[in-house]
Amino acid sequence: MAEAARTDATWHEAVIRALKDNNVRLVVYVPDNALKPLIAAVHEDEFFTAFVCAREEEAVGIVCGAAMAGLKGIVLMQTSGFATLANVLASLAVAAQIPAVLMVSERGTLGDFQPGQAIVCRTMRPILQSLGMEHHTMTRLEDAHFMVDRTIRQAHLTQMPAALILSPLLTANRAKA
Amino acid sequence: MITRTNSKVMNRLDLTKRLVAKLKHEEAVIGGIGNANFDLYTAGRRPQNFYMLGSMGLAAPIALGVALAQPKRRVFALEGDGSLLMQMGSLATIAMVAPRNLAIVVWDNGMYQITGAQKTATAEIADLVAMARGAGIAQSAWAKDADDFERMIDEALKNDGPWFIGARTDAETPKIQTPREPVVIKDAFMRGLGGKQS
Repeated sequence: MAEAARTDATWHEAVIRALKDNNVRLVVYVPDNALKPLIAAVHEDEFFTAFVCAREEEAVGIVCGAAMAGLKGIVLMQTSGFATLANVLASLAVAAQIPAVLMVSERGTLGDFQPGQAIVCRTMRPILQSLGMEHHTMTRLEDAHFMVDRTIRQAHLTQMPAALILSPLLTANRAKA
Repeated sequence: MITRTNSKVMNRLDLTKRLVAKLKHEEAVIGGIGNANFDLYTAGRRPQNFYMLGSMGLAAPIALGVALAQPKRRVFALEGDGSLLMQMGSLATIAMVAPRNLAIVVWDNGMYQITGAQKTATAEIADLVAMARGAGIAQSAWAKDADDFERMIDEALKNDGPWFIGARTDAETPKIQTPREPVVIKDAFMRGLGGKQS
């Protein structure tokens, strides 16, 4: 795809374009305020099958099932939701080598008001590292499409799960986003 | 009306064999962690079987993903009562998404059989079929006996779902266990579904 030639006005447009470039049609999420424009966009676009579910573990199960049957998907969640996932990632996606791609909006840092979010946030990267999962933090609009595109591509080529962390630098920094 | 209380206590392996015998069109079956998938493995090594070795409670969500990816294929999730109690919310998701090709079978023996037969809440009061119906899966029922179970499977193979089938089962333990080879299991399942050619 013409990565360098295109520019996106917003981070969520860059994500949508990368999902389409990789034929990722299934979007399952537990919502977050930072994800609001992306969730609205996938619901409005007929390209996507998008729906909410009750728990993040469930969403990983759905996307793993779909991946094994030939439909690419992504799970959207916030940091506290990611913290519920260590067991399902270890025993399903990592153990069976299923390319579940996660997108986590990062709460608990850069000005969060919730003590619980700030504490659970510290567990996210250590869990990803312990599981040996590829993960990247998205901070700049200019890199957004490239990071999503390449992460999805690698996940499916290597049959490994991966996580993309959406930093407030990307989603809340109005001067940049 | 058939309820949990007046439905017959059956045998999980026997019912699993009856189900598998009816699968003539490469239907996918997701075997939940523990005894549900051990009995599925015992009932026959089908390439369209996925045996869960972890992620307790996710048989129905995994089956939903398969059903969405391949709407022409019928998909069954076989789950235990303890597992299903972990992810009751997934029934609401399934009711909302309403895949026509999905059926969930719950083996309800009222216990966490594999960890030492501790009681689950279904042994006391909880009714999983009522909970499924409450979640919005209108076609939810207890199997009265083995013949009734077979009739319900026939219906799920023929008519639009989603379906939720409750079966009370006894305490018989599986004779053999599924090999602990998650990558091999996944690879075989993907090939069985035509999702991997090479």
